[in-house]
Amino acid sequence: MYTETSTTHPNSRRPFVPFRSRRLGHRILGSGLIDALAAPHGVDRYLELIRPGWSINELRAEITAVHHPAPDSVTLTLRPNHVWRGFNAGQFVRCTVEIDGVKRARCYSPASSAHRRDGLIELTARAHPEGLVSRFLHGHAAPGMVVGLEQAAGDFVLPSERPERIALISGGSGITPVMSMLRTLLDEGYRGDVTFLHYARTPDRVPYGRELAAIAAQAANVSVAFAYTRGAGVDGALEGHFCSDHLRALAPDSHTFVCGPPGLIEAVRAAGDPERVYSESFLPPALTIDTGDAVGAVSFARSGLDAPNTGATLLEQAEAAGLKPAHGCRMGICHTCTCRKIAGSVRHVVTGEITSADDVDIQICVSVPTGSVALDL
Amino acid sequence: MTDTVPNLTPEQLDTFGRELDAIRQRALDDLGERDLDYIRRIIRVQRGLEVTGRGLMFASFIPPAWLAGVTALSLSKILDNMEIGHNVMHGQYDWTGDPALSGHGFEWDTTCPSDQWRHSHNYMHHTHTNIIGKDRDLGYGILRMSEEQRWNPYYLGNPVYAVLLAVFFEWGVAMHDLEVEGLASGDVDWGEKRDLLAGIWRKASRQVLKDYVLFPVLAGPQAPLVLAGNATANIVRNLWTFTIIFCGHFPSGVVEFSEEATAEETRGEWYFRQLLGSANLTGSKLFHIMAGNLSHQIEHHLFPDIPAHRYGEIAVEVSELCARFGIPYNSGPLGKQFGSVVKKICRLALPDRLRGVARAKPANAPNAPTAPVQPEPVLVAA
Repeated sequence: MYTETSTTHPNSRRPFVPFRSRRLGHRILGSGLIDALAAPHGVDRYLELIRPGWSINELRAEITAVHHPAPDSVTLTLRPNHVWRGFNAGQFVRCTVEIDGVKRARCYSPASSAHRRDGLIELTARAHPEGLVSRFLHGHAAPGMVVGLEQAAGDFVLPSERPERIALISGGSGITPVMSMLRTLLDEGYRGDVTFLHYARTPDRVPYGRELAAIAAQAANVSVAFAYTRGAGVDGALEGHFCSDHLRALAPDSHTFVCGPPGLIEAVRAAGDPERVYSESFLPPALTIDTGDAVGAVSFARSGLDAPNTGATLLEQAEAAGLKPAHGCRMGICHTCTCRKIAGSVRHVVTGEITSADDVDIQICVSVPTGSVALDL
Repeated sequence: MTDTVPNLTPEQLDTFGRELDAIRQRALDDLGERDLDYIRRIIRVQRGLEVTGRGLMFASFIPPAWLAGVTALSLSKILDNMEIGHNVMHGQYDWTGDPALSGHGFEWDTTCPSDQWRHSHNYMHHTHTNIIGKDRDLGYGILRMSEEQRWNPYYLGNPVYAVLLAVFFEWGVAMHDLEVEGLASGDVDWGEKRDLLAGIWRKASRQVLKDYVLFPVLAGPQAPLVLAGNATANIVRNLWTFTIIFCGHFPSGVVEFSEEATAEETRGEWYFRQLLGSANLTGSKLFHIMAGNLSHQIEHHLFPDIPAHRYGEIAVEVSELCARFGIPYNSGPLGKQFGSVVKKICRLALPDRLRGVARAKPANAPNAPTAPVQPEPVLVAA
């Protein structure tokens, strides 16, 4: 089996704001007077120099503990600051870390209960060989490190009126949102039936395996099953990919929540009542293929315009679509045209560099799309 | 001494441009934690100086505390404007993805709104550097900084205007995009500038409120001393930034260009103009930091969006490249460079005939058919 390691920050219980009375502190530091005195930079630009996690307006979180629940996985316990508004089980958060001077953001679904009393959240990531952020977190996350967060988002949530029967199905790292649903239901004293079915390649790749087994042993209304796609003959476990046999016990009126690779989601949808299947897809990052041909479409999200990609620079394409984006030198030096790229990949016409990360700023006068691109224009 | 501009063939200019592109690419490829650590350290020092300076001024009843407070706040404002504000707003740290270092989001501690600065400086000045009629930094619409500006009696006051601009430099910079001289002459309509005025009002009123109302009032009985201290710090910063910036493009030997000659520039020719149109200052490491590394004005104009703390390293390669191509590399100590700027400001106050100088040839006639943008040096240093 795997070894579980754990480290906890000695000061993790220290309050996260610079005043003993948090509310008074926030009110003073968030006041118009302090804002006017700290102009033009704002009070956060001073507070963060005292302690990186201190902020009045920005959501940040301090890592309080790091575990490795499976050899290629890392579980982080985070203490968000007072800006955090909480989450619904199944939602995700965008988490930002700094790697060699560059901020990188990825989305993770908290696996913890939405009702945790200490307000901490738990994120589990699997270190993909090509995953820059997941590998960084796996290798370098440590208690005391501060990460950026955005408020929780996503529609993959339990209905506020809890259904009587619930099936939670996951594949691989898709286990985290359904784990959060299970823990949340248990904290609520949920009395209905829960079936938890998780797919993994082999038993050693299952985070939360022990906890799930313990839950199944204690809670009479929860049944847990594991299925291994490459681990034939494991005691008490199912074999192979999802098929309706795996869910014989599932009642027809059960609400099914499935998170994992697209193949799993399709199979579950085909087997169940589509009205009652809720899903979220965990996709590996898209590959960048630069064919040199103009393919795909350019969508200008703020203006609600779409146009086929002509292969010209994004500034020219925006102008051809009738937009008037701010611009200056048209040669990549003045940064007037800098614009947020929401999705898609672009090539720098001078350096040939490809930028594929979502939600980054690019200079549209020297960027051509290598496929479909969405811009905040 | 007449400055000679070398004759480069189009092929040589292409090679020159490619070599500069390669220097740029090497620097870009190497960007990383070192650059981020550097700018964050400068920011930490600046914020520390600011808090210290404002704190010390609350103890103004002890005269040395007032003086120390003014010194710390002046240094803070200089760092904020130059090494941090100017450079961050060029997008030099956009690659970090840090919103606090975003060229589009940063706001600096001066009366000039950052969005207007990005237009007048990053775009207008850096794209059209030293092109007469296009680069409004040539005299800021107030001064006569070039023989190409026709003399009139108004310019007899050139040195006086220069001193006033230096003392109130942040206000001059704030009003740069308004084209005040055009408004005065009626060439520019006030209606067109209403949005700019509103922006300046919003930004400047916050600055005035902070420096001249809130901090003095918080100091109670010492309000006048705090007000005087804040005003002094702003003026010290103004004088320093004026000095450094005027040394960037106005020392003797810097070349000006005409719109005609620069209409269809290649990349190599663009680099060539940036190089001939800028001048460096020599000095210690601390001097370069306090100058926002604009003492490396040549490198800044070649690569405006590369983190400025790297210009010193890049300068070694650039000056070597210039030597190879026989291109003059204008560099000198502050005293010498600023002295030549002062001389130019005074000299150009007088009508050309009084100085016995024939009107210089316009800079639009290429003097060599092989070099289409070969600029004529229009300035003949005395």
